[in-house]
Amino acid sequence: MNKAITIDGKTLPFEDGQTIMDAALTAGVYIPRLCHNPELKPHGSCKLCVVNANGRNVTSCTMPASDGMVVTNNTPELNEDRKALVQMLFVEGNHICPACEASGNCQLQAAGYYLRMESPHFTHFYPPRRVDASHPDIFLDLNRCILCELCVRASRDIDKKNVFGISGRGIDSHLVVNSESGRLGDTNMAVTDKAAHICPTGAILIKRKGYTIPIGKRTFDQKTLSEFHLGQVKQPEPDGE
Amino acid sequence: MNNQARISKVKIATCSLAGCFGCHTSLLDIDERLFDLLGMVEFDRSPFTDIKHCGPCDIGIVEGGVSNAENARVLREFRDNCKVLVAIGPCAITGNVPALRNNIDLWDCFQEVYLYDPGTEGNQIPNDPELPLPFDKVYPIYEVVKVDYFLNGCPPSPDAIWNFLTDLIEGRKPEIDYKLLRYD
Ligand code: SF4
Ligand code: SF4
Ligand code: FES
Repeated sequence: MNKAITIDGKTLPFEDGQTIMDAALTAGVYIPRLCHNPELKPHGSCKLCVVNANGRNVTSCTMPASDGMVVTNNTPELNEDRKALVQMLFVEGNHICPACEASGNCQLQAAGYYLRMESPHFTHFYPPRRVDASHPDIFLDLNRCILCELCVRASRDIDKKNVFGISGRGIDSHLVVNSESGRLGDTNMAVTDKAAHICPTGAILIKRKGYTIPIGKRTFDQKTLSEFHLGQVKQPEPDGE
Repeated sequence: MNNQARISKVKIATCSLAGCFGCHTSLLDIDERLFDLLGMVEFDRSPFTDIKHCGPCDIGIVEGGVSNAENARVLREFRDNCKVLVAIGPCAITGNVPALRNNIDLWDCFQEVYLYDPGTEGNQIPNDPELPLPFDKVYPIYEVVKVDYFLNGCPPSPDAIWNFLTDLIEGRKPEIDYKLLRYD
């Protein structure tokens, strides 16, 4: 007998060890997300993927599916909450999309489009943040970092290099580089590393690639965030926990 | 098109604060639809008319953020006089490129531009009483006054502007098509 959950009334089978997000992804049901990438262990920090499961709000990327679970996902209430989260991410950093090389390829921006964000709504912080151009092939622009830790996880778990980390607490949390100088140029990060290509925003950019794909021909000019995310399939085994 | 007899035309005011006039230029790029637009609306204060102060209007369209005291004064005048206030373009909505100065000290900024920049002659920071007082930061207009609608895009495409304006003029809540919602 197959175990199953329902999401918005639709029945989806799942296997033991799968999260709600995994089950949804396998069935082609979209749950918005930013900090989750099926190639990496879930982290559960952005909260965009919050769904209601059996009456409680939970992060679907970390919550194991259990037989008979009743999940609501694509509701106006949850999508409004998601929009507010995206708006907070916009005002917490410095996101000047018209001047950003990631524009059109950026998942934060695409989340704004997907959720119909018309303005960042909240008061902008305009925080002072660092730009690190010390690496010969990679830019690190912390103005655009949303602290999703995808680069941290990719560097640690896939590249086995541990180039990135998060330091500080609460509003003072920030991305740090694991070298004595704190500069990316003084690490062994290579442009071929997974961590160099996993950032959902324009915080990590490859040098000398600027505007090789013109605005208007980029990822989210062709597809929505949901189409893009549903196309990302899980590559390694489900991490057996 | 709605052909109900219009007793008086819809009154629109527009201005550019800390913006580049790109949004206004994109409005002009609706091309021959400008004739339809002029059949439906009358412009009050706007760079198109050279009227200096905003009178009572149905729609106020503001491009650009608030960078100095004069911007704030004009923005308040628009809010006081316009039934519906629209922020057009990311400068009005987020501060955008002018807000790049927001985490640089204003005095450092001035020195860099007017004193140290190679090629500047006479090296003086402008200080004429006629010049509006600059603010420490550039603010999106919704952080200064209440804004009713936002039209994104740097600049919004002529089609986005046309759809938006015709919705508003004909009394509908503007619906921004997914394809036309852009922050860049
Ligand atoms: S990282 Fe994304 S949201 Fe931020 S400025 Fe660049 S395109 Fe815009
Ligand atoms: S640099 Fe990019 S991948 Fe790394 S934490 Fe920031 S947003 Fe996430
Ligand atoms: S995707 Fe689940 S918390 Fe970010």
